[in-house]
Amino acid sequence: MIMAREDKPDRDEKLETEELLTIGVSPHIRDTDTTARIMGWVIVALLPITFYSIYIGGLSTLIVIVMSIAGAVATEAVIQRLRHMPVTIDDLSALLTGLLLALTLPPRLPFWMPLVGGAVAIALGKQVFGGLGHNIFNPALVGRAVLFVSWSKYMTTSWLVNPKAAVVNTAAVKSIDAVTRATPLYTMRLVRQGTLSLSPSGYYRPLLFGNPWGCIGEVSALLILVGLAVLLVKRLVDWRIPVYFVVTVMVLSWIIGMDPLFAVLSGSLLFGACFMATDYVTNPMTRWGKVIFAVGCGIITVLLRFYSNLPEGVMFAILFMNGMTPLIDRYMKPRPYGHGRAVSES
Amino acid sequence: MLLGQKIGDSEAYISAPVHSSVSGEVTAVKEHPYHAGKNVLSVFIRSDGKDEVSPDVRPPGDLMEMSSGEIRTLIREGGVVGLGGAAFPTHVKLSPPKNKPIELVIINGAECEPYLTADHRLMVERSADIIRGSLVIKRAVGAQSVIAAVEENKPDAIASMSEAGREYGIDVVELPSCYPQGAEKTLIETLTGREVPGGGLPMDVGVIVDNVGTAAAIHDVLYKGMPLADRVITVAGDGVARGANLRVRLGTTFADVIDFCGGFTGEPGKLVMGGPMMGLAQYTAQVPVVKATSGILALRGETIFKGEPPHFTCIRCGRCVTHCPMNLMPYILGSYSDAGMWTQLEDFYVDDCIECGCCAYICPTKNPLVQLIKVGKEGVARRRNKVESLAKSTAEKE
Repeated sequence: MIMAREDKPDRDEKLETEELLTIGVSPHIRDTDTTARIMGWVIVALLPITFYSIYIGGLSTLIVIVMSIAGAVATEAVIQRLRHMPVTIDDLSALLTGLLLALTLPPRLPFWMPLVGGAVAIALGKQVFGGLGHNIFNPALVGRAVLFVSWSKYMTTSWLVNPKAAVVNTAAVKSIDAVTRATPLYTMRLVRQGTLSLSPSGYYRPLLFGNPWGCIGEVSALLILVGLAVLLVKRLVDWRIPVYFVVTVMVLSWIIGMDPLFAVLSGSLLFGACFMATDYVTNPMTRWGKVIFAVGCGIITVLLRFYSNLPEGVMFAILFMNGMTPLIDRYMKPRPYGHGRAVSES
Repeated sequence: MLLGQKIGDSEAYISAPVHSSVSGEVTAVKEHPYHAGKNVLSVFIRSDGKDEVSPDVRPPGDLMEMSSGEIRTLIREGGVVGLGGAAFPTHVKLSPPKNKPIELVIINGAECEPYLTADHRLMVERSADIIRGSLVIKRAVGAQSVIAAVEENKPDAIASMSEAGREYGIDVVELPSCYPQGAEKTLIETLTGREVPGGGLPMDVGVIVDNVGTAAAIHDVLYKGMPLADRVITVAGDGVARGANLRVRLGTTFADVIDFCGGFTGEPGKLVMGGPMMGLAQYTAQVPVVKATSGILALRGETIFKGEPPHFTCIRCGRCVTHCPMNLMPYILGSYSDAGMWTQLEDFYVDDCIECGCCAYICPTKNPLVQLIKVGKEGVARRRNKVESLAKSTAEKE
């Protein structure tokens, strides 16, 4: 309703303007960050490692990445269509899930396997819970876990043959590699059992700059750290999760007599700690909750790595702690202002 | 009708009278739009341009001989309310019960919201009056000390306030410049480390907080006898031709203020009373400037946020939790409110929310968290009333 004042007839023009005023609840300004922009920046953080892995692994790596993303994005669109919901593939979250999954897969898989993995990640990892924000487990890791238990032979041996990165291998490592074709983590397990003797320091250089025996995203520890730097500079993730996760693994590995630096660089620890454990949806909301989550991930990783038959423990450690997240959130509520602390008597 | 003449009063305890801001002739007394959305009975005065001052306006005499009760009465009769934006009657604030002694008076120079700079200008131009006004507050409540708190990004205000305060031993404390530093509870925590208990008032921790504008208004009432008839406001935003800090007579319409600042520019968007974080969007520019008007913000249609998500979606990024100055969990409050879970909302301290808007500002999925929380508070209150009346009627039956 507009009140015109009789003594000022020249207001008519303004009254028309006023009819178009928007009303709404405060705040009247909003931050420019959106879900799509956050997902976009995580993808940007993954680009160095993605491109380097394609350079090292060639066409087979590229196929895995493309198929995984295609499976994830297509499944998201189809399921949202079936649920009569708006299709939100433009928020980039399905694309990110597909890319994350691909980076945790070996580079020489049959083409259909990453496709199935991407579809499973979205269908069973995310949409079945109600879509973005509602899933309990990290969707990419759900996809990987299903592939791992279904085709574990492919998932643990499809490493690169004659990769370009082999040039950075030291002679000692090369001679072992020619015989076993095992992952450094497995080789070191043999060393620990006394069946082999090899210093883990020989693995440092390949693990940092070009690692042929591992999943796509494990190709270079250095580039994973570059990605983490992007996430931290853009303030997208809480530093506590990667730091507490990695430090826990280092300390526990050192206690049981493993080389702590090797424990960090080998396997999927760095990638998992930087890009999987930090997934918003599946880790606790409060700072101390995140610390508990990260330390828990670290403990379980070491247990699975060295005291189970699994080749690596990061994936199941994160999935297990994902399941614990609602419980952690329940007990790690922040203390509200004005409640709990005793009022000072003066 | 003369300048400074009382035109409206109420017998309610929490109220303060209104005075004419011009001299002239009353043309109408009728309903008129008001900033809170409804129409209220308003007095229309046509100014004669002479500003003839009412004979009631005269210095009230020697302050030193007045009791704190007399000071409070003068403050009430002068129509002084909190000028930070809440407009709570000052004489009520200055009447703490005997069992709650006040030791510290904080003069709040932390701007309440982004865009607003009215308090800043006031501190630069009227620091001496602010300091004198704050000494009156100190006397009225019997406090031991007064500190003035100013954000560190206003060096000129800090300099001018320090100089004016030196003579009286009033310290100026520099605050970090961040929002919502000007919120009473945040301010008290920053300065004293004390937390106002949930549901309580600053007086529960021996503190009274008053805005610099309020202190200046108290000075005018007690040294000049001039009641609160104008105030300093900030006009800002990309939807107005010229931003300015203006001393505006109460009752001036927003339309006239915007005209004075060169009119609207761009596609019309929102016209807000107050700041961008907590201000009230107006549907018409015919609402008057009132004592609670700390600013007028005109935002262009292109710049305001228009879309709201159809459903509550949360990606659990945790930003609302880390940014909440009250340490609440806004994402839970939002989703519970959306689901109508009033009992659980109470358990998550929804009533402690100060509606500063940080959570909704920072939310990447653009959830209308403040709106949901407001709805939630309503729901909780309704449920509480229902429970109470049910308990009452059962008790009566028995």
